[in-house]
Amino acid sequence: MSIGIIAAGIAVLTGIGAGIGIGIATGRATEAVARQPEAKDEINKTLLLGAALAEATAIYGLVVALIILFVK
Amino acid sequence: MEHTLSREIVEKINPQVVFEIPVFGGIPVTETVVVTWFIMIILIVFALIAVRNFKTVPEGMQNVVEIIVDSIYKFLKGIIGEEGKVFAPYIGTIALYLTIANTIAIFGFTPPTKDLNTTAALAIMSIVLVIGAGIKFKGFKSWLGSFKEPVWFMLPLNILELFVKPLSLSMRLFGNILGSFVIMELLFHVVPLGLPAVFSIYFDIFDGLIQMVVFIFLTSLYLKEVIE
Repeated sequence: MSIGIIAAGIAVLTGIGAGIGIGIATGRATEAVARQPEAKDEINKTLLLGAALAEATAIYGLVVALIILFVK
Repeated sequence: MEHTLSREIVEKINPQVVFEIPVFGGIPVTETVVVTWFIMIILIVFALIAVRNFKTVPEGMQNVVEIIVDSIYKFLKGIIGEEGKVFAPYIGTIALYLTIANTIAIFGFTPPTKDLNTTAALAIMSIVLVIGAGIKFKGFKSWLGSFKEPVWFMLPLNILELFVKPLSLSMRLFGNILGSFVIMELLFHVVPLGLPAVFSIYFDIFDGLIQMVVFIFLTSLYLKEVIE
């Protein structure tokens, strides 16, 4: 069981990648809106898509961790 | 103490059986299904009350309904284009259902979207719609032909995509809602009063609405891909 807990912890580390990715995307989107406020809607849409796709890795990590912890 | 906490959370994560329908040796009805029925009642009653005696100049409830319908039309037009109106009933239904289902935790119900069965059903519905729209708009032959685009050796990847799309759609929704559910449960254990209310604004309302937007956004993006 204790090995399983460590494994789940490692699986959740995927969150690091998603966090960095979404951070970079949001930062760039902020720059883009500051440069071209009239393109705000288009940038919002692209950011939302990018964030949703980047977040997927973190979610997979979470799901894998939950499976390790709870499925026996 | 730790053991009771983890056991309690495991209990909360697994969908609880409320009662059994006594046919075919007992069909278990989980909390998910009961809450979904409840959401259905809310939506149907809202629809029945809101659409009574419409006028040319809207007033009262008619304004609310028009804003919802208008924003869904505008959303689809922005992504798919003029043909997008055909999908408004489906996208609108999903949007209304997910809006209530993801935020229902603030009223003390368990959100049905924290059960993988619900999100998998929604994702399968979406991918069936995407396949159906592809066949209807392109014709069966050119729909089959679109699998070997842009080059023929992409064929296995394109077929794989048919399964990866619903998988990632359902896992994303499920993981997000379950994640925020677990965090809220932990928070209730640590600080039973005050602080959970602040966090529930983020985890229940904001996150739920964002996930609703992401779900319908990705569904309409897939639709756009397959129509063009």
